[in-house]
This record gives sequence, structure tokens and C-alpha cells, in this order.
Amino acid sequence: MNLRRDVFQAIADPTRRAILLLVASQSLTAGAIASNFHTARPTVSKHLQILTECELLKQKQSGREIYYHINAKQMKEIADFIEPFRKMWDERFNKLETIMKKYKSKK
Amino acid sequence: MEQKTKINAEDGKQDLVITREFDLPLELLFKAYIEPEILEQWMGTKVLKLESKKHGSYEIQTSDPKGNVAFSANGVIHEFIPNRKITRTFEMENTPYGVQLEVYEFVQLTDDTSKLNMHVIYESVAQRDQVLKLPFAQGINWAHNRLQEIVNKLK
Repeated sequence: MNLRRDVFQAIADPTRRAILLLVASQSLTAGAIASNFHTARPTVSKHLQILTECELLKQKQSGREIYYHINAKQMKEIADFIEPFRKMWDERFNKLETIMKKYKSKK
Repeated sequence: MEQKTKINAEDGKQDLVITREFDLPLELLFKAYIEPEILEQWMGTKVLKLESKKHGSYEIQTSDPKGNVAFSANGVIHEFIPNRKITRTFEMENTPYGVQLEVYEFVQLTDDTSKLNMHVIYESVAQRDQVLKLPFAQGINWAHNRLQEIVNKLK
């Protein structure tokens, strides 16, 4: 239960979501990840630590370097992922509709 | 209950189609795509630049509460027909997802209703699937319960 709440907090942060997006298709070192952000390196390290603790990221030692990769072990097939993608657009479009209805009545 | 927003993404293809019917006149739906202040509100992102014309370009950006840039994207507009069609590219900066081509068709249904067809073409099947598998990474302004649902699927 506690772990789940931590995961929820982990992806509620935009920088951490951006990190997940970054490592989604390739393993990267902490340095390579940090170079994509204007944030201070220790801050990025903290984000990586949280993502690793929540098992959203996994570490892999390769020589002297530690690479981070996304933990896709239990990811389901694509069909299961269309629904959240659809919901994201549905929510955006609902918002659009609400805003434009107000816009119309203001005129 | 019928879903308002539909997505058609076939296995092994590098594109997908998003369709949605709106309880809005066509002109108002189109306006939501070309007015920066309105786009910012429903996309939940900052619009740095939006030139709604042929050969125009656009830039959007989202920052975390501390002001660090968490997400930025840009593209160019190839075709712009008011109240009918926009063809543009979309690229998320600093990501491996390449450039996607987006064709928006705006259709009038009645005086008060309209429809959007959004055809998105990715560089490869793998890229499309990666983007689909990471909706939480895109959902900049997702409600928390949505995030929770996806996490539960991941665990």
C-alpha cells in the first residue's frame, strides 16, 4: 500500500515523467540523463533514486557505468495501453469543449 | 455508454487515428486549435509560438512548479485550411520518439456539433508503440487517479 502511494507520487512529478520518457527506449547513465535537464545534478540523482525505489527504473552495471532502464518486465501488450492514451485525449477534449462553451456564452 | 473519443491503432502499423465528436459549432472547435490562450488552457501547456498558417511553426513548453522545463515540443504547419484542415509535424524535444506527422480534419456535423479526425503517423511501428505504452509520460496534466490506474497496470 505504501509502495503504491510512492509510485503514484513518483509519476506525479513532471521531471520524473520526463526522465521516464527519456529512458523508455534506451538505457542511459545518470550523467546522460542529467544532461537533458537544466536542473542541478544532485536533484536529478534524487529523482532517479525515487524512480528506482519505486521499481519504475532498474539499474544495470556495465563496466564502471551504471545504466538506468525502464522496468518493462510486467508491461502488458499494446492493446492495454490504448485505453489510458485514449482517456488522456478524452480529458483534453472534454476540457476543450467546456472552455469553448463558456467562450460561446461570453460573446 | 458510447465513448466520445475513439482511438484506432491496429497492430503492426505505424499510425493511429483519434476521432471525437464535439457539442460545439465547427468554428469554435477550430478556434480552440488556433488561439494560443485557448490552446494553453485545454492542453495544459505553455504556448511559446503558434503561427497558424502554411509554413508557420509552433512551440509548446511545460514546466514543473519550480520552473524547470519538463517537456517541450515543436513542429511546423504544412497545410492550413481554416475550419477544415491542419497538417503539421510534432516533435517532443530531447526524446527518442522522432517526428510525427499529424493530419487534423475538422468536420461540421450540424450547426451545433462537429467532429475531429486526427491521423497521427509515426516514423516506425516501434516508435508508435513506445508512445502508446507511455501515456503517463505524456499526460502532463492528468488527473491523479488516471496516473494511479496506469501504475496499477504496471505493477
